[in-house]
Amino acid sequence: MNFQGIFSMSRKDLTTLVIFSIVVLALPIWLQPFGAAYPDLMQKFAIFGILAIGFNILFGLTGYLSFGHAAFLGVGSYTAVWTFKLFSMNPIPALIFAVILSGLFALLIGYVSLRRSGIYFSILTLAFAQMSYNLAYSVLTPITNGETGLQLEAGDPRVLDSMFVAEEAGLPVSNFFGIEMSGIPGFYFCAIFLILGFFITQRIFASPFGMMLRGIKSNQTRMNYTGFNTRPYTLTAFVISGMYAGLAGGLMAVTDPLAGAERMQWTASGEIVLMTILGGVGTLVGPVIGAWLIKYFENIFSSFNESVLHNLFGFLPDGVEGFVVELTSMFVGEGWHLTLGLVFVLVVTFLPGGMMEGYRRITTLFTGGGGDGDKKAKADDTQTQPAE
Amino acid sequence: MTERKDGPSRRRVLKGAAAGLVTAGVAPTIITSAYAQEYRNKPTGDSVTLGFNVPQTGSYADEGADELRAFELAVEHLNGEGDGGMLNTMQPSSLTGNGILGKKVAYVTGDTQTKSDAARASAKRMIEKDGALMISGGSSSGVAIAVQGLCQEMGTIFMAGLTHSNDTTGKDKRRYGFRHFFNAYMSGAALGPVLGEEYGTDRRAYHLTADYTWGWTQEESMKNATEALGWETVETVKTPVGAGDFSQYITPVLNSGADVLILNHYGRDMVNSLTQAVQFGLRDRQANGKDFQIVVPLFSRLMAQGAGDNIKGILGSTNWNWSLQDAGSQAFVKSFGAKYGFPPSMAAHTCYVQTLLYADACERAGSFYPPDVIRALEGHKFDGMGNGATEYRAEDHQCFKDVLVVRGSENPTSQFDLLNVVKQVPRSQVEYDASIFGGELGPYEVSM
Repeated sequence: MNFQGIFSMSRKDLTTLVIFSIVVLALPIWLQPFGAAYPDLMQKFAIFGILAIGFNILFGLTGYLSFGHAAFLGVGSYTAVWTFKLFSMNPIPALIFAVILSGLFALLIGYVSLRRSGIYFSILTLAFAQMSYNLAYSVLTPITNGETGLQLEAGDPRVLDSMFVAEEAGLPVSNFFGIEMSGIPGFYFCAIFLILGFFITQRIFASPFGMMLRGIKSNQTRMNYTGFNTRPYTLTAFVISGMYAGLAGGLMAVTDPLAGAERMQWTASGEIVLMTILGGVGTLVGPVIGAWLIKYFENIFSSFNESVLHNLFGFLPDGVEGFVVELTSMFVGEGWHLTLGLVFVLVVTFLPGGMMEGYRRITTLFTGGGGDGDKKAKADDTQTQPAE
Repeated sequence: MTERKDGPSRRRVLKGAAAGLVTAGVAPTIITSAYAQEYRNKPTGDSVTLGFNVPQTGSYADEGADELRAFELAVEHLNGEGDGGMLNTMQPSSLTGNGILGKKVAYVTGDTQTKSDAARASAKRMIEKDGALMISGGSSSGVAIAVQGLCQEMGTIFMAGLTHSNDTTGKDKRRYGFRHFFNAYMSGAALGPVLGEEYGTDRRAYHLTADYTWGWTQEESMKNATEALGWETVETVKTPVGAGDFSQYITPVLNSGADVLILNHYGRDMVNSLTQAVQFGLRDRQANGKDFQIVVPLFSRLMAQGAGDNIKGILGSTNWNWSLQDAGSQAFVKSFGAKYGFPPSMAAHTCYVQTLLYADACERAGSFYPPDVIRALEGHKFDGMGNGATEYRAEDHQCFKDVLVVRGSENPTSQFDLLNVVKQVPRSQVEYDASIFGGELGPYEVSM
């Protein structure tokens, strides 16, 4: 593919990219009414967006359901924090190492796991991730600092930094040539990577390579019979998506220089799967929306306590208010998992294609069923199967 | 994919997404923008917000729930509602029941899930979004250390709740972090001599240890204290937190030649490991011609409740117990009991006291400006809060006070009367030099 080939996009893809970029960059504005426009959550939106798009390259295109993606996230985080400790607080080397190392790790795990498909593949990846978690949690304590988590220390060598910058009091903060990577600048730093990652995914979706992966999803046996060796393709997809996860893990460490083993736990892996399914498997934007929804629930719903609810329902008469607060308090605070579970059940039952299917159904409803064969065809074209 | 001309359709994708978010739930929250002020979250209205970050899920959830009750009670008392609790017994006190510096106290809560990542995320949410001026809570040292580090970066004061690791005010101490609770070193120093009196100086100990910062320092401190008595340490084994089943760790104890088992476990882990050790018949055994003994260095009433009959006669140490007879403890137990119908745990006590101490420091400093409040807390001496005369040591932000050695009660008179105080170990016996654990507090001023 020549230079022009990479950047020549279909008009539709270009529009999507432009709108996506605007939406992402304008997060601090349009999230205001939802109470979510604070730096930490927006950073999480960007980071988990990257993770979900990366996962979607594997799951959405090839249909291989990896249940161990959190392992790569963890490897990325640990690598980034170690780079901070040993070399420099600049995020660039940290991210480069994070992506490379998680890619190598994905190559190793993928090489073994991809010998099987379907449920066996999922179990293998789950087993590997759980092994990595236990290694990080107890066996490799000198490297990972176990349950306490790996943190920066004042006595770290930071060889590159100590050559150029004078030591300041207190712990250093990761900074991109002077710009501190916490708060809003940190969010924009992550947002740029999200847009970049989105762009690369678009290119993969539209490329012959992407076609090949879809072919593997629809019928791998047939692909094999026609003479294709499918394994290099699935392995490449696995490694790419592992590198996305590593990038996300690295960014987590950049915005908050700490790495804990719980990032690798199976629940974290499951969360990635949930994000993708909730948003819409195999769609471009879906996984990002899924990631945002889950992070929104986790951070905002879990923070409601009874006094917030009393304020919210204050307009109701006393007896009714008490009852409503009692009822809703089951679904917020520590009960946010319950709300998420309900939403998930509803989505999977009624919208097997995730939020994106819901969107398509609404558009068909408004544009009317008749005289719309063109649109329908498109809908069918991008329609994807739910999880296997 | 085919080229298409209907570009706007994608715009509708995003509109649809936005609509999805709206239906998902509209947050009843307003953003307070944090620009143009001398320090983060300077209160400008007539209220001040405190952030309470406790484990609401996971193996320390019982402690977390009790901590949250104590925080709510403290806020009530600070605002002049209820009977005032320790506000009446605290000496010296600048608190009047009129909020803090005339501003009404409001609070926000968060779930740490006993995970460093989740705890930091919820602390950040409280600081960045809800404008919390102080963060308190925590029931695991790993989490406390992670959140304390974050608070130093953010320039927000962290009043640690239940955290018992030496590292919290040792190797990982921070200028913005303060701990009222005692630590593993003090447990060892208080418990050691009592163990010597009860079980003699010729013992062989086997440690099972929770594998994280708290367990490590607890094991080290107990090892030092018992070896100073002349005991021998047979083996130390690390167990994962939240293991559930400890039988594979307990079986080797039987043939190890040890005659004391020291369980450096906390929360549900301790309940499980102790119950299993008793079920394996360890307490009925004879080893080296002596009765086999079990020791639980950090005891809490909530854990004792979970372990039931198994804790009878077992020695341990605790920061505070509701049966104490001093005026401060009595006042706190009375108002806690009146509100919730049962006595508070030591986790609740330390969180309640921390909130009051922070409020008092603000009053004495005459400002919410964190460096001023920190200076007001450093070296502060107070009394009447349940532990006798107490001092916040300036060098490491650790409180020094008496430590209780307790024993699981043989004949409980009620379902809460589970621990008997064996000895109140005076402060002088558990004190140590701040430099032995290393660490550095860091600067007073942090950039925003």
